[in-house]
Amino acid sequence: MSKAETRTGAQLIWESLVREGVDIVFGYPGGAILPTYDAMTEYPIRHVLVRHEQSAVHMADGYARASGRVGVVVATSGPGATNLVTGLATAMLDSTPLVAITGQVGSGLLGTDAFQEVDITGITLPVTKHNYLVTRAEDVVPALREAFAVARSGRPGPVLVDITKDAQQSRATLDWEGAEPHRHLRHLPAPVDPAALAQALELIREAKRPVILAGHGIQLSGARAEVMALAERADIPFALTLLGLGAVPATHSLSLGMMGMHGESWVNRAIQEADLLLALGMRFDDRVTGKLKEYAPHAKKIHIDIDASELNKNVAVDVAIAADLGEVLRALLPQVPAADHSAWRGTIREWRGDSAVRDIKNLPDDGHLYAAHVMHDLWRITKGEAVVVSDVGQHQMWEAQYYHHDGERSLITSGGAGTMGFALPAAIGAKLARPEAEIWVVAGDGGFQMTFAELMTAVQEGVKVNIAVINNGYLGMVRQWQALFYEGRYAATPILSPDFVKLADAFGLPGQRVEARADVAAAIEQARAAGSTALIEFKVEQEDSVYPMVPAGAALHDMIRRPSPSVLAETGSDPV
Amino acid sequence: MSDVLVVYTDDEPGVLTRVASLFRRRSFNIHSLTVGPTERPGVSRMTLVVDTDESTARRAVEHLRKLVNVLEVQHLGSGGSNVVRDLALIRVNAGPTKRSEVLQLVEVFRANVVDIAEDTLVIECTGSLAKIEALVDTLRPFGIIELGRTGAVAMARGTPTTLKAKVAPLRTGTGGGAMSV
Repeated sequence: MSKAETRTGAQLIWESLVREGVDIVFGYPGGAILPTYDAMTEYPIRHVLVRHEQSAVHMADGYARASGRVGVVVATSGPGATNLVTGLATAMLDSTPLVAITGQVGSGLLGTDAFQEVDITGITLPVTKHNYLVTRAEDVVPALREAFAVARSGRPGPVLVDITKDAQQSRATLDWEGAEPHRHLRHLPAPVDPAALAQALELIREAKRPVILAGHGIQLSGARAEVMALAERADIPFALTLLGLGAVPATHSLSLGMMGMHGESWVNRAIQEADLLLALGMRFDDRVTGKLKEYAPHAKKIHIDIDASELNKNVAVDVAIAADLGEVLRALLPQVPAADHSAWRGTIREWRGDSAVRDIKNLPDDGHLYAAHVMHDLWRITKGEAVVVSDVGQHQMWEAQYYHHDGERSLITSGGAGTMGFALPAAIGAKLARPEAEIWVVAGDGGFQMTFAELMTAVQEGVKVNIAVINNGYLGMVRQWQALFYEGRYAATPILSPDFVKLADAFGLPGQRVEARADVAAAIEQARAAGSTALIEFKVEQEDSVYPMVPAGAALHDMIRRPSPSVLAETGSDPV
Repeated sequence: MSDVLVVYTDDEPGVLTRVASLFRRRSFNIHSLTVGPTERPGVSRMTLVVDTDESTARRAVEHLRKLVNVLEVQHLGSGGSNVVRDLALIRVNAGPTKRSEVLQLVEVFRANVVDIAEDTLVIECTGSLAKIEALVDTLRPFGIIELGRTGAVAMARGTPTTLKAKVAPLRTGTGGGAMSV
């Protein structure tokens, strides 16, 4: 390629994306990004037209989480750019690698409050790993190359590149090699300190009641095999964070299940009674620790995370290692002695006690449909092999409790930000990343109504996802908090929904409504068999709550358990 | 407790905003922040004095290290093994009856008089934070009319550590047009 040959900034954008291996972008055109859209058709990249820019980021997020590749978003200036903010914050908190490209008014108009001008680099500063304002065509390639490198490296995250209209229109030569990025290398972790490794080994050797806390970092690091090798050799049971679900197999004999606010009681108890916690790629979020002062009081703690700023942030630890998890474990594993902690595992098994008996999914059909039934059937019918994309709220917790994720990248959910409306667009992105995968959206009636316009995107793009709307007529998780902590005053939580079957029909999609437990399985089968996106509305028990629960600020073992089922069935209310 | 951080950054638009935004977002308290060029073209040097405990200062360092524009962070701590210098301009009441007394104090503190008006003097003083605070306290009874300070610039004593990170600022940043740092 001759160096003298010039291209427009817009062409350089697409040229860079192609060279970065991008095959699909999610976006919405507009004035300031028009030159870029105009050049798009010359390049082999698929564009997915969304119905709202926030959804474009969620789609790119779902795409990235399903595949491990960088998701790419394109939007125009002003409102197009500000609509990205929620999606970027969602990706930032859950460490998803994204590159968002926004058009900006011409550089001569910057700072003049021109039409559709907003300071998007200023606005997105705290919700991106880094961002750029590009005002010249010759800066397009260096900025984009570095953006991809920053998004992928270390702890991944979103990067925004704002490109003025004149930078898209003017011409520059392409110098790909000369734009090789290296600033992202500045902060890669230092080599692991052998002393820290030795100390960690010592703690692992001495432990009698160890627990692995398995987090999202395992998937980001690709360290599943190493974590499993450690768990199996040293016979250490593992508890999972919400985003850790799928990082290690849920049905493995060492798997305890999810920890934290809606984790199982025996899991939290195991953590509270443990004498060693191995925190692998997780960050001791308040939703998993409960009251910090009373968190795992007997445990020595080893924390391995690639982000040094997460170490000793919430929980003071005995050994803190800032490094790639896979690398650390590969260094550690040859020295980890085989161990037998069957007594400890037996103790935890005893703590399960009557939990299974009390589990609502094991109760005889009393005519009430519970979300737990739906999740359990969904898991059974899909053999646990679907990729589930959940929204935010009660259904998200029920999904986490009843769908047992064995496969990597098989649960996609907004954990850190808790962004309602995430599921449908993220699922569309996930399907485009993994066309062979069976994708299920699990959303509440509230969250689904935030972004259901993207059904039309699915139709236009010929994308098949299966949708389970868990409709309880409330913003259920908020209602649950009102029931438990606000004396049952249901302020603004009852929510009406459209007729979801007719709604699906309006989009030209098959819809079903299920109100009885006996009909769940057939509906799921029918949706799977449909050639297009298919929706099922499950009308579930209106005032069911997620149990067990650690109230915010309480100690991790201080859980509210599910009340005796008869009470729930008879009164339909929440006994505290 | 004051802790001193020295931060080397790319000399590129918007970097100061990124650092300030980080401190605001994480609720780290900045006592003073100074920025200036360094011996290397393209590199700026910030001295941050933060009011915080040791562990928070450590966290601030780790967060700073995550900024793409940051080449290196030195955590100088609060001990006496650093040279920390601040400059103050102090406009103080010094009418004919008090002037000689003020001038004597200026002498004691090895400060300079840089402006004289009918009833006031402007005093320039360079030194450690403690020295400047002592001078300010001493002058307060005369009536301080205006006080301006640069904020601290700091350097570790002893053998210097060399900057390892590569310098290569992009011409892109967070707004700010031609404004650097």
